[in-house]
Amino acid sequence: MALDSKIPKGPIADKWTNYKNNINLVNPANKRNIDVIVVGTGLAGGSAAATLAELGYNVKAFCFQDSPRRAHSIAAQGGINAAKNYQGDGDSTYRLFYDTVKGGDYRSREANVYRLAEVSANIIDQCVAQGVPFAREYGGLLDNRSFGGVLVSRTFYAAGQTGQQLLLGAYSAMNRQIGRGKIKMYNRHEMLDVVVVDGKARGIITRNLITGEIERHSAHAVVLGTGGYGNVFFLSTNAMGSNVTAAWKAHKRGAYFANPCYTQIHPTCIPVSGDHQSKLTLMSESLRNDGRIWVPKHMKDVEAIRTGKLKPKDLKEEDRDYYLERRYPAFGNLVPRDVASRAAKERCDAGFGVNATGEAVFLDFAAAIQRYGKETAHVRGLDENDAALVKTLGQEVIKNKYGNLFQMYEKIVDQDPYNTPMMIYPAVHYTMGGIWVDYNLMTTVPGLYCIGEANFSDHGANRLGASALMQGLADGYFVLPYTIGDYLADDIRTGTIPTDSKEFDAAEKDVRDQINHLISNNGTHSVDHFHKKLGKIMWNKVGMARNVQGLTEAIQEIKELRAEFWKDVKVPGTNEEYNEELAKAGRVADFLELGELFAKDALHREESCGGHFREDAVELDGEQKGEAKRDDENFAYVAAWEYKGEPNDAVLHKEDLEFKDIELKQRSYK
Amino acid sequence: MNLTLKIWRQKNANDKGGLVDYKVNDVSPDMSFLEMLDVLNEDLINKGEEPIAFDHDCREGICGMCSLYINGEAHGPDRGVTTCQLHMRMFKDGDTIYIEPFRAAAFPVIKDLVVDRTSMDRIQHAGGFISVNTSGNTIDANAIPINKHDADTAFDAATCIGCGACVASCKNSSAMLFVSAKVSQFALLPQGKIEATDRVLNMVKQMDEEGFGNCTNTGACEVECPKGISLENIARMNREYLKASLKG
Amino acid sequence: MSGILNSSIGRKFAMALSAFFLMIFLLQHFVINLTSIFCADIFNEISHFMGTFWVIQYVIQPILIFGVIFHFVMGFVLEIKNKKARHVGYAKNNGAANSTWMSRNMIYSGLFIFIFLIIHFIDFWIPEINTKYIVGDMSGMHNGEFRYFHELQEKFVPIWRVALYCVGFVFLALHLLHGFNSAFQSVGANNKYTKGLKGFGKAYAILIPLGFIVIALVHHFNH
Repeated sequence: MALDSKIPKGPIADKWTNYKNNINLVNPANKRNIDVIVVGTGLAGGSAAATLAELGYNVKAFCFQDSPRRAHSIAAQGGINAAKNYQGDGDSTYRLFYDTVKGGDYRSREANVYRLAEVSANIIDQCVAQGVPFAREYGGLLDNRSFGGVLVSRTFYAAGQTGQQLLLGAYSAMNRQIGRGKIKMYNRHEMLDVVVVDGKARGIITRNLITGEIERHSAHAVVLGTGGYGNVFFLSTNAMGSNVTAAWKAHKRGAYFANPCYTQIHPTCIPVSGDHQSKLTLMSESLRNDGRIWVPKHMKDVEAIRTGKLKPKDLKEEDRDYYLERRYPAFGNLVPRDVASRAAKERCDAGFGVNATGEAVFLDFAAAIQRYGKETAHVRGLDENDAALVKTLGQEVIKNKYGNLFQMYEKIVDQDPYNTPMMIYPAVHYTMGGIWVDYNLMTTVPGLYCIGEANFSDHGANRLGASALMQGLADGYFVLPYTIGDYLADDIRTGTIPTDSKEFDAAEKDVRDQINHLISNNGTHSVDHFHKKLGKIMWNKVGMARNVQGLTEAIQEIKELRAEFWKDVKVPGTNEEYNEELAKAGRVADFLELGELFAKDALHREESCGGHFREDAVELDGEQKGEAKRDDENFAYVAAWEYKGEPNDAVLHKEDLEFKDIELKQRSYK
Repeated sequence: MNLTLKIWRQKNANDKGGLVDYKVNDVSPDMSFLEMLDVLNEDLINKGEEPIAFDHDCREGICGMCSLYINGEAHGPDRGVTTCQLHMRMFKDGDTIYIEPFRAAAFPVIKDLVVDRTSMDRIQHAGGFISVNTSGNTIDANAIPINKHDADTAFDAATCIGCGACVASCKNSSAMLFVSAKVSQFALLPQGKIEATDRVLNMVKQMDEEGFGNCTNTGACEVECPKGISLENIARMNREYLKASLKG
Repeated sequence: MSGILNSSIGRKFAMALSAFFLMIFLLQHFVINLTSIFCADIFNEISHFMGTFWVIQYVIQPILIFGVIFHFVMGFVLEIKNKKARHVGYAKNNGAANSTWMSRNMIYSGLFIFIFLIIHFIDFWIPEINTKYIVGDMSGMHNGEFRYFHELQEKFVPIWRVALYCVGFVFLALHLLHGFNSAFQSVGANNKYTKGLKGFGKAYAILIPLGFIVIALVHHFNH
């Protein structure tokens, strides 16, 4: 099947408006006869469920957590971008569009990104109207901060808990509809399959995580807002429950999976402390507004710091290597995430890592504390030369901006980041790849939609900071509710979809068979055992830097691990009860398939772009020596994979990317 | 370090349940409390026993899914943290640690340490929102300036993660801190004032119907709250409620 | 406004209002008692006025009795409701880590105060009512002089009663140490004055009961 992205004709700035003016609508009376299933209740799923219910559709919403408010969007810290230009610093829809396409290393679809930039301003209006308490200035207007990869301040924030506040906003909109009976909420339910009837997505199979009951739910359309698959690495900043199952089952039922290898490795996370580690904690990118990243210049100082003989704050300025400022003078510490992560890895691989494992660099606030302290002392008419006073005042400012992050760091690491630099290291954070969708956000299965991080998204090969929240809400509040109407307009006479069809029978049987296999397998190793092994393969061979040999090995190893898993996994208990091991087993089974496709995709993409870095695709000379080398001639396309049984048998379909409004050029942050 | 754990085991909602002793050895002080339980669970699975069920998800203190009443305190002995952020360095070698589920009639046990907190969701359904359509066709975000102090106070209230530690810690199992956080957030913002009367009346009504107890101002909730939600919110809700009751 | 007592916040509010009333009453009771250790005549004058002025006797006194009973009964109702809000208790609960002993045991300090009040009524109030409304002697005189001061002194002769009163006041102090500020919180007063008010509340909760104890002791030893 050829990929039709269904991008509307016309100039880019008018596409969305013209398109909205011409698509089919469903009249309010008919909406009452149409059911929509929304899986996932994060920013994308939550906002979509609320908006669809408000429009009049009957919505059934599902989440595996005990409340929609706990979806992992809640953990987003830094902020949300919007082209409001409140700061008057030259921002515009075009500039946000441009930054996002450039930041994504020219691997995203122009029309989608422009639409995203266009609706971004609405998101802020909407959220403020909902009572989201964004940070404000003393004049009472909204405040902004800047994020990596851009030259303007367009990020709206609520301390270090922006995702929480936005999600609670979407959750409150959902609550209103749940209270009105327009959304039927299914907490602690996990989607285990999509049901396709006559070529259209018509329902899902779920498992009630409390009772183990396998349930059938039908609808005229199914929307997946089920998040990313970063947990394929076992260790990531994702929540423990974040998984690929919904997306992967959709893939197996015919939805193409696009660009699985595009993974964002976030540069500022708390380093791994030991084998017991269950997840990694992010320190918001916003910290790079004020923190300076460095390692010692000399090996002897590295060793002294590792052994505790030298305190990092006592190392002289001239003996420090502020490597981001050195390598990228224009953007300095605010280079995009992929660039910052690779630079940290480069220094640590060269032996300059500052902790016992050799995998950490410093993020230092001493200079910012000094600067803010002096500024505050000046404003308050106090002595700017009183070092102790300046330090206290500066720490106060930092505390106001990042208090919760500093507290989090101190609790985990047991060091006071106000007085000693933080230690950070990159970690898997976000996946740009996902289910392929057209301009309508519909997958290759008619009636099956995919929104938010779960789709292959608007972020190309790398996502800029504070853009995930923007995309999730844009999809859910402002894009999907329009585009889904165009599809549902044909369904006004369909009537309720029955759940006793042979397609539902078959899907339920598949689900039950898998569960029965897992429960009765009685192997020797726990689910986590396999998940950790998979994570190690992924991190070592499909991680921040990839090469042909490693990827080829990874494909083979994952295949073997998968076979071992099915033979030897041990799931205690039964299906008919609360059984977290069983739920985990199902998720890991899908990760074991996705991981292989992931590596296959990485192997086929013989270029470096954004989060995908191939050691055999680097600039060999000139100013950009050692930087990632993109290959626009051969790889300016979206790689959408069609399921054919084994992950390795997947068939590649290409959506060529056309850049009419932005000139393709090398991404330089020098 | 080596520890003795006394953990509440309960097969399902109908089972009576009871404390069971477990030993864990070689616990690293850098482990989080939940990672310590992971190790125990791995051990149990390998021995062919059923692992301990407990709620958890983000493991960075923001989703509000983790619970646990540890040594007589919600989220354990540390302050300003959830259980997932509690680290084993808070304990000593040889300690005995009691681990129980959050207890309240409105939080029935599902299994072991997992409880059902949907009562809190139902309170939010009753009024925890501003009735504005999600069309995006609202006024410009900067059209209504909001006093920074009010905005910050509203934000502080809005940081509630809905974990239920306040209910679990309260000797009366009262949900006043949780409900007041939401009421306060909206009461402090001009957008929220329009529906303030109905909101507070409906949310309090639902709170009472769910079977939470009455607040007696012991302040335990504020101390145990991982997000430091202030008792001032309860006072504000009391004011809002009395005002609303007078209005009818 | 209808059914406000059926809501948790309404009940709290009612508890607080009755508490305010009782705390004001306690203050005036204390001031009058205090005069007894400085000047018997003033004490007699005030006592006679309070015991015979119709507003006090027929309006304030019934309200007071109602207030005491309401506060007590409502306290118990709340306690029972609150106990019902948790079916299974904790095997280990470290209440001291997050709240004061006083705040967690209001029902017990309250119960003891109520027992004390019954004794107090038997000691003073019932004989008063008997003299005034059963016997019908509204003069307040005995052997040609006011009887109030004399009766007061008589009561504090037995050491057991003095001791009982002292214990009663200790419980009153414990009750007030939480109750004073709790009442303000319940009516929604938590603002920039709260910190100051907390200090005042503590002083009130300790000094008033202490004062009552001192008065009892003075009369015991000066007799």
